[in-house]
Amino acid sequence: MAFFPHLLLALLEGTVAAAVLALSALGLSLVFGVMRVVNVAHGEFFMLGAMLAWWVAKLVPGGPLAGFMAALVVAPLAVGFLAFLTERLLLRRINYDPEATIVATIGLMFVIQQLALSVFGADAKPVAAPFTYRIAFPWFGFSGYKLFVVAASIMLLLAVWWVLARTRFGLIMRVTQFDRETATAFGIPVNKVYAVVFVAGAALVAVAAVLIVPIQQAHYLMGLDPLLMSFIVVIIGGLGSIKGSVAAAVIIGMLDGIVSMFFSPTLASIIATLAVALVLVFRPQGLFGVPAR
Amino acid sequence: MNAKVISLHAAVILALFLAQFVASDYAVLTLTRIMVLAVYALGYNILFGYAGLLSLGHAMFFATGLYAAALGVTRFGLSIPMAFLLAILIGIAVSYLIGLIALRASGVAFMIVTLMFSQAAFLTVLYFGDYTRGDEGIVIPDTQRVFSLAGATVDLTNPLVRYNLALAFLALGIAVCLFVVRSKTGHVLVAIRENENRTAMLGYDVARYKLRAFVLSGAFAAFAGATYALMFAYAGATLASIQYSIHPLLWTLLGGASTVLGPVLGTALMFVLVDFASGFTTASLLFVGVVLIFLVLFFPKGILGTLRQRYVRWLP
Amino acid sequence: MTALLETRNLSRNFGGLQAVNDVNFSVEKGEIRAVIGPNGAGKTTFVSLISGRIAPSGGAVLFEGEDVTALPAFRRVKRGIAYTFQITSIYANLTAGENVALAAHAPNSKVAHECLARVGLADRADQIAGTLSYGHQRLLEVAMGLALKPKLLILDEPTQGLSDGEIEGFISLVRDVAKQATVLLIEHNMPVVMALAHRITVLDRGRILAEGNPADVRANHAVQNAYLGTG
Repeated sequence: MAFFPHLLLALLEGTVAAAVLALSALGLSLVFGVMRVVNVAHGEFFMLGAMLAWWVAKLVPGGPLAGFMAALVVAPLAVGFLAFLTERLLLRRINYDPEATIVATIGLMFVIQQLALSVFGADAKPVAAPFTYRIAFPWFGFSGYKLFVVAASIMLLLAVWWVLARTRFGLIMRVTQFDRETATAFGIPVNKVYAVVFVAGAALVAVAAVLIVPIQQAHYLMGLDPLLMSFIVVIIGGLGSIKGSVAAAVIIGMLDGIVSMFFSPTLASIIATLAVALVLVFRPQGLFGVPAR
Repeated sequence: MNAKVISLHAAVILALFLAQFVASDYAVLTLTRIMVLAVYALGYNILFGYAGLLSLGHAMFFATGLYAAALGVTRFGLSIPMAFLLAILIGIAVSYLIGLIALRASGVAFMIVTLMFSQAAFLTVLYFGDYTRGDEGIVIPDTQRVFSLAGATVDLTNPLVRYNLALAFLALGIAVCLFVVRSKTGHVLVAIRENENRTAMLGYDVARYKLRAFVLSGAFAAFAGATYALMFAYAGATLASIQYSIHPLLWTLLGGASTVLGPVLGTALMFVLVDFASGFTTASLLFVGVVLIFLVLFFPKGILGTLRQRYVRWLP
Repeated sequence: MTALLETRNLSRNFGGLQAVNDVNFSVEKGEIRAVIGPNGAGKTTFVSLISGRIAPSGGAVLFEGEDVTALPAFRRVKRGIAYTFQITSIYANLTAGENVALAAHAPNSKVAHECLARVGLADRADQIAGTLSYGHQRLLEVAMGLALKPKLLILDEPTQGLSDGEIEGFISLVRDVAKQATVLLIEHNMPVVMALAHRITVLDRGRILAEGNPADVRANHAVQNAYLGTG
């Protein structure tokens, strides 16, 4: 192929990568934004969503589309319930202390990952896409499903943005995010808001996993990548800012598509991780955030 | 330093020395591994336990020592002592540079910055797979693991030689820790952990002390990494992964952060536990997770930390 | 004669708020100087600029005639500017003796014991600082300030929350301290200010409103309006 088709393919893959990033980071961004805690088990919630998608697809008769639809319901419910237990039994008990939360959720990460290994085994599990339409370009074909993921990701982002910006519950969440004490003073049940946000974050990442797993494969170690990628997006975009996260996802996704195509995926990841470290040190409010006073 | 403290630590070393005469071959190997990794945990504890800085990226320093030693021996034909020296020097240089940058962040940001640097280091190991051989790893041939020092021949393929060398390193590590903890630096580090602002307003150069702890801790990790590579003749990418950043945190938490012997005890206990678990499940890391959660919820001071609080106030 | 401490056009704004605005200020060696002003007048910001805990937006701080504006807080402490916190800031998990020893930069030193003795806490040296009564914790703060052997001791609202009896003791302590060090006192309690200060500087909305000896300041109409009420 010539240079232009290569570039087009890189840009397409970059767009898909950006959508996947934004989608997997959305839950983490929400949880960090409102609760100011980092959930290291976020990636494992993703992995569980993907595993459930595979499991449900196997159980439900009627082909990939039926399985896909069923998984879109089952995965967020199941993962959301697990998140509910986590919030109740773990985070609430350590009073959302930021450092203790990280250590505890690292523990949770190992527990979920290893239980998945015991239950589902160590082999990778392919999940069929709900449809297999391919868009034909003069130089190559491109999966229609991948573009569907991009569209779905935009829809989900808009939906979350709408809830945050336009609904009463969104207002409550923003008040809680602004200041826990003030929120309590205004009679907002902060504990309940935290529980809802944490569960919603987990449900969102499970949906993301169901959408993304046909492009990848389900595997018990697959959680680490979305975790690190979510960190990257959330931190570079500015902690707690959904708009910033999306902008960061587009930048990193495109960078990833292009560097992976022309150099190597590993190099792309190295650049991205180093970028996060440097952003956190030199511009902790993120590239798009406003500095704190 | 008081006599009780010295005799307690000497007794631990003596017990480990005597253990080699009764332990099975398997136990000798396991204990060797524990002692090498305990040195890693000792260094981690200087930063986490005393200075209060929780790093999630120490695997990068462990891996620095690991690969400096392994590549030094296999690629550049260095002798074993020279490989050790190289590993420590590079470990100091790398931790100094990373520390300069990472220490500008604090709290959760510091944790994530170290995690990210370490992940970048891990990916770098994979990226240069031609040299590091990635997950498959570098194997050091037996012939390169024998060296002579001051007229004596040391054969690192001999389990008992390895055991006693690891014991000597552990004793050295404990001695350095005791010295640091009792020194002015140790006191200032605790002061920084307890109240950083106040410590700066007492005229201490907080940034310099934190960097000192960071580099010392990184040097311990690199030294342990080099020992690991040279004793077990292997350097693979797994040893640079996130898991190896979590391990020293877990060992330190379990044994008791900010106690000198805590990390050693934690390392040993966790090894026994994982060893026991792997008898009946492949998912032995499950126990790592369960223990971490348990510690955070119910036992944040760890074993020796709790003992010190309740019974033995003098424990360093 | 150069002043011990001098600020030139010292300013600091937070966002749009001018917390400290173009302040020219000087303290002579051996003085007890009180800085007073209504809440939000910028007193704590002002002394934080002097001690180096925050950086100014403009202007300069001179100590013993040398420009220290660019020096980080810990270097200013080494030159002799000690700051005791408004909100008690001690090492709650260490003993009182360890607290002062850290301040003295010498573990187990005689200096630490002397300082504890001077504030009347000699018999509490082995008590965990966090378990001391509030009044004793305030005294421990002062002992830590003394252990630094400062040329200028900044006391930020030292009598806040103390009982009348404790305040009596505190006043004589500060008089004693002032024999060796210059004292810059931020205080709300007017009787304490009137009893101790040689001169008083009144801050209001980030600017110096008035300056003079206690009698002058008491008589100043602008001050009465801004701060003292018309009493």
